[in-house]
Amino acid sequence: MSNTATNGQPSSAAPVPTRTVTFRIKRCDGPGQPTRWEDFKVPVVPSSNVISCLNWIAEHPVTASGQQTTPVVWDCSCLEEVCGACTMVINGKARQSCSCLIDQEAPREGDVITLEPMSKFPVVRDLWVDRQRLFKGLEKIKAWVPIDGTYNLGAGPKEEPDDQQMRYTLSTCMSCGCCLEACPQYHKEEQEADWENAFVGAAVLSQARLFNAHPNGKVLEGERLDALLGVGGVNDCGNAQNCVKVCPKEIPLTESIAAIGRAATVHAIGRFFRGK
Amino acid sequence: MAGNNKRVIVVGGGLAGLAASIRVAEGGVPVDLFSMVPVKRSHSVCAQGGINACNEVARQQGYSEYQHFDETLYGGDYLADQGPVLEMANWAPRIIDLLDRMGVPFNRTSEGFRDLRLFGGSLFKRTHFAGATTGQQLLYGLDEQTRRFASEGKINKREFWEFLWPIIDGEGEDRRCVGIVAQDMRTMQIQAFRADAVVMATGGCGIVFGKSTNSVICTGGAASRCYQAGAWYGNGEMIQVHPTAIPGADKCRLMSESARGEGGRVWVPRKKGDTRDPTSIAENERWYFLEEKYPKYGNLVPRDIATREIFDVCVNEHMGIGGENMVYLDLTHMDPHYLTEKLGGILEIYEKFAGADPRFTPMKIFPAVHYSMGGLWTTYTPGDYQPESPAGIHNPGDESPASTAVGQGMEFGAHNNMMTNIRGLYAFGEVNFAYHGATRLGANALLSCIFDGLFNGVSVTNYVLDGVAEDQGAATVSAAVFDHAVEQEQAKQAQLLATVSDSGSTDPQFNPYTIAGELGVEMTAASTVVKTGPRLEQCLEKIKELRERYSQVKLGDAAAWTNQSLSFTRALGDMLIMGEVIAKGGLLREESRGSHYRLDFPDRDDDRFLKASVAEYNATSGESTIMWKDVQTALVKPKPRTYGKVEEKEPAREEAVAASGS
Repeated sequence: MSNTATNGQPSSAAPVPTRTVTFRIKRCDGPGQPTRWEDFKVPVVPSSNVISCLNWIAEHPVTASGQQTTPVVWDCSCLEEVCGACTMVINGKARQSCSCLIDQEAPREGDVITLEPMSKFPVVRDLWVDRQRLFKGLEKIKAWVPIDGTYNLGAGPKEEPDDQQMRYTLSTCMSCGCCLEACPQYHKEEQEADWENAFVGAAVLSQARLFNAHPNGKVLEGERLDALLGVGGVNDCGNAQNCVKVCPKEIPLTESIAAIGRAATVHAIGRFFRGK
Repeated sequence: MAGNNKRVIVVGGGLAGLAASIRVAEGGVPVDLFSMVPVKRSHSVCAQGGINACNEVARQQGYSEYQHFDETLYGGDYLADQGPVLEMANWAPRIIDLLDRMGVPFNRTSEGFRDLRLFGGSLFKRTHFAGATTGQQLLYGLDEQTRRFASEGKINKREFWEFLWPIIDGEGEDRRCVGIVAQDMRTMQIQAFRADAVVMATGGCGIVFGKSTNSVICTGGAASRCYQAGAWYGNGEMIQVHPTAIPGADKCRLMSESARGEGGRVWVPRKKGDTRDPTSIAENERWYFLEEKYPKYGNLVPRDIATREIFDVCVNEHMGIGGENMVYLDLTHMDPHYLTEKLGGILEIYEKFAGADPRFTPMKIFPAVHYSMGGLWTTYTPGDYQPESPAGIHNPGDESPASTAVGQGMEFGAHNNMMTNIRGLYAFGEVNFAYHGATRLGANALLSCIFDGLFNGVSVTNYVLDGVAEDQGAATVSAAVFDHAVEQEQAKQAQLLATVSDSGSTDPQFNPYTIAGELGVEMTAASTVVKTGPRLEQCLEKIKELRERYSQVKLGDAAAWTNQSLSFTRALGDMLIMGEVIAKGGLLREESRGSHYRLDFPDRDDDRFLKASVAEYNATSGESTIMWKDVQTALVKPKPRTYGKVEEKEPAREEAVAASGS
């Protein structure tokens, strides 16, 4: 009964920490505000990740030097690396903070973990950045299948398993922004007015390929390619190939860019002959 | 239809919220869609296994929509009103078709048809899936359509906005919802928004239990605020604990039921405390306890049953791996390539978070809080399907007593479908208590969310266009009503901000994160797999103490810009009230039914408790009282829920086993 009464919970709330890790966190109170670094000494257990450490700091907002401070602000939601929210720059590399396990990232006593906001997006506060531009990009390329409405009109088209696997892989893009952080051609634009002519980046190009690959999504292929032939489109890609290396979902982004590049060229030639 | 000033607000951008937004906007009424996160990041992304619907293959093997309906009721231990469940099962195939047309990459057979997998609570393959991230793929499909509507100006997305309070005008019978107060989570601006109907699609409340499989946004705060404003809360005690999760420091990550659906086997070493490498333990030294106890359903018994068996093996029999609270979920006997194709997403999660490859090493798992069957209480208009007498036991493979053409379980387009007890305030998706009774079957959640949005979205449109007179629309309500609601929220915020002191507060007594942590541990210990009256009473005492401490809470951040601590601390107050509803319902429900298992009342008691617990909040005293409302069981007669378990000796159970044909 004694065990049953706790529903399998250990008697104390958490396992006893085995060691401490130092976090160096780049902080900023809001747009236009100065940045500063704060260090925290965080006790960790074998299953600790960056999220559990940030949670610990929220409960104990005191720096390593004993200074009272505020909880760190960051964006997160699912904590299973499937929503894309908690992306930040950890020890210089853009990745999801939920899947960053402390024992892997900082295995030795005295190791330091540095957290910074992604540099390609405007900072909202601390580690939280505004990625609206990425979603605007999806709107620009009409990243949807233009269905005839939600009425009952029967099944969609049949599809070969290989085609489905290809689309599924592309469709696991969670708009996290890692590929944009790593891209030398993608630059921070603070003002929404400047987004229109700025590079859309790998994630959006790959989504264009996804919808062009769908039998009905293809209907808008011309419009998508028109949008991507202009300024900020596929020709802005400098072929650095960083994007594909950092994608947490291992989406073949460079293949997508190449595919869109080829389709855009064919489309442009066609447009030339059609005279529009 | 268009050309009027009517508007609808949808709160929440998961599957239910997006489906509702699309449907209402398509009906010609503009939608304001509020979400705390970009809608593409909503908690629906976490759903892995699939979505249930009758399909041609299963149909030709003797399955039907009726049987899907029957399984859902049986799984839920008959605690759901039957009409809406029938309608949901009837609509399921159409919903799959629609998602298919939207481009959701459902897995395919070699001939190009949608592939199917086996899931808990059924002996037929009726679960459609897109890899092992089905929820993500369905959400993206709806997100894409929402983006299309937004680009056409029909849906106005307000992302990073937090719902604070429903605005209710009038008294008594005339009470109706005319809008919401919400806050921009970046600028912290608090603002009122008018609407002729408000759809709450804000998901579950797993964070009340601390570590769960839920996303951090699933605090139940929005539902609690509606509850405190007068909406009823139904079956709060019905919380699903998923049998297979990966325990972590920050959350428990789901390991989908599809792992078992694709052939995964649950076992522990037969020798207590065996610390050998699992791959070196011979077949006859393994105890496949689910397969042994439930020869018919095996590893695919419903979740509450699997959870209790795993719990029993670990906690009572001390047979967990190496004496710890863990069992093996084993896929290593299967082809690694097949696993990658069917389950890649979840295997990757295990590999990333537990550091071992499940294709070659059995996974270590333990149950975790997963889903809230309870939610805001809602009503509906019954449809025209009324059998002369409720059907008896319907076994798999039996001919359907009713084809899908017999009639509706719920009237399409009726104004009050899934409306709360407050006119104009609807609840869709997980925050709605209507469909899953006492346990939700795997792969029925995605269905119920989208069904609510599509089927009942039409009810919202009809209500707004026909049920609200033109001269009584929200646009005509006095500005004072809205100003007052904003002032109340501003006052609440000012009060919290005033608790910040320069020296900070490290006193755990009044630290919001500490209080939340204690609430989670207490709720998990008292009100999950196994409950008892005395333990729940103790839990209610603890919540009382926490509420007392919360009244003196010290906020750690005074910022007037992007203050997450404020948002969390405000929600904590709402979570405490939610916790009380859950524990109180559990204490008063003196029986065991579905996910609700009372050690001191181990049997189902239909005479007393074939009823929904309905909580009502007293705003003056801050107390919750529970009413009991009859469940509508006119279509199927409740039968004992055994899933063909063997080795039960009580006569009632044996009879049931015989009757269910095992």
